Amino acid sequence: MQIKIKKASHISEAEVTPKHLFMNRRHFIQASAAAGALGSILPPGKAAAGMKLPGITQTAYGNGLEQTKYEDVTSYNNFYEFGTGKSDPANNAQNFQTKPWQVSIEGAVAKPGVVDFDDLIKPHKLEERIYRFRCVEAWSMVVPWVGIPLADVIKRFEPTSKAKYVAFETLVDPERMPGQKRAILNWPYVEGLRMDEAMNPLALLAVGLYGEELPGQNGAPIRLVVPWKYGFKSIKSIVAIRFVEKMPPTTWNMSASSEYGFYSNVNPEVSHPRWSQAKERVIGQGYFSAKKETLKFNGYAEEVASLYSGMDLAKYY
Amino acid sequence: MKRETAIRRVAKPVIFAVCLIPLAWIALRAIVIGDLGANPVETVNRFLGDWAMRLLIVTLMVSPLVHLSGSSIPVRFRRMLGLFAFFYATLHIANYVVADQFFNWADIWADIVKRNFITIGMLTFIILLALAVTSPKAMIKRLGGKRWRRLHQTVYIAAIGSVFHYIMMIKADFLIAGTHGAVLAGLLIYRVIRRMQKPERAENTRRRTPRPLVA
Ligand code: HEM
Repeated sequence: MQIKIKKASHISEAEVTPKHLFMNRRHFIQASAAAGALGSILPPGKAAAGMKLPGITQTAYGNGLEQTKYEDVTSYNNFYEFGTGKSDPANNAQNFQTKPWQVSIEGAVAKPGVVDFDDLIKPHKLEERIYRFRCVEAWSMVVPWVGIPLADVIKRFEPTSKAKYVAFETLVDPERMPGQKRAILNWPYVEGLRMDEAMNPLALLAVGLYGEELPGQNGAPIRLVVPWKYGFKSIKSIVAIRFVEKMPPTTWNMSASSEYGFYSNVNPEVSHPRWSQAKERVIGQGYFSAKKETLKFNGYAEEVASLYSGMDLAKYY
Repeated sequence: MKRETAIRRVAKPVIFAVCLIPLAWIALRAIVIGDLGANPVETVNRFLGDWAMRLLIVTLMVSPLVHLSGSSIPVRFRRMLGLFAFFYATLHIANYVVADQFFNWADIWADIVKRNFITIGMLTFIILLALAVTSPKAMIKRLGGKRWRRLHQTVYIAAIGSVFHYIMMIKADFLIAGTHGAVLAGLLIYRVIRRMQKPERAENTRRRTPRPLVA
């Protein structure tokens, strides 16, 4: 998929073309083996980072992007549940138990309930999507995620008309997540999306990367990936998805509301109060490398800019 | 061996070498071990910043050590410790200019004027630069003891500045910065209490010692 930043007037391509035609043209789904067998082949026990995921459908998302090395994607993480240092998650999540795992579907849905991880994933086809990942700290990666479209999962549970937002919650278990022994953030980590953001085809529930199950440090066993927003919106190790009428609280916003808004769309024009967001350090480029210009909506303006038309993005940061 | 020889020939070289250990360690990690991680610019930047701040705090430990031990020997190492703090701060900034910003002076200037934590880092560095330049003995004479001493009291501001510079860039976890801040606060409180308790003794010590103690 070629992603170009276009002038606002050109974004209309997405608006004038019927959505399904528009998407079909872009995403040539190549193989499509069923991923139904996923649950049965997963061994019990510890997080099996490195376990190959079966039946992944390749997509055209991110074709041509240079992927960040697996080693870097899995060793440089912000996941305060496992410690605040960049290498803490990789060190402390090695034995993170993710089986069994359940996700509680709550709130304004016709079909609430507690769902086993396997049952959550099984009805869907696993897709590989290569996305840019831009951290609010002004660094970036390109990650080949494996996951399922969030919209497809949401539809299954039939949200009611009261569902204006989707709230997500991370596991709280200080024994398994030692970073939670200190109240650095307000545990549990919570995040949220507006319903139309959540239904955007780009929003992904990821269960793997590089064709393998998610390692603990990357948010095993299931995490959100919203590539047009700063990384912290992509909440990890999800245990609850809640459909609500009012804008839900989000962790970093509660921690510092003047710095982290609900939307947190990647935007080079709106600085973080303490640092510029105009450029980003591309992870894996080594010691001597210039920073790269950050793209508006992280390069996904074509797909998502219309969600925010008429909104003052400096005000709704 | 006479005391003077021991200081010059043994103690000073040892402390000099010890102060170089952090630099040797980061060089070893960069060149031999290769574990600077996915973001080496950040790793190096933080490592050097940490040691600049830490050595500044160590420099401020000299006076209390003199008071508590009753020996004036530690004063002999203070200039070197302060210069090493300046040395690591210079490397920290060189890393920022060369590796992080890649000589993009427009971005660097924007950082200095717009980002409060960088502004404070810059002011801190200017103080350290002034202290380093005026650190040779000859400068005490040139400036006059009193003026020199007053100038070198700004080392407190630099130390506070370095910790603030750190604290102001933190997102959520204040533990390590706070630990350094607590040590620095302890050193400052010690000085305040000492002044309040024995104002005349502090004066006397100063007058008797050729090198100013509180610097
Ligand atoms: C022009 C002057 C300076 C500039 C541009 C500068 C730049 C920076 C930058 C960009 C960071 C943040 C790194 C990050 O977010 O990862 C940083 C951190 C830091 N700087 Fe500076 N700095 C300056 C002066 C100083 C001085 C004079 C000291 C100490 C004496 C110092 C000590 C530190 C420390 C302790 C940190 C935190 C390191 C950590 O996270 O462990 N800086 N500096």
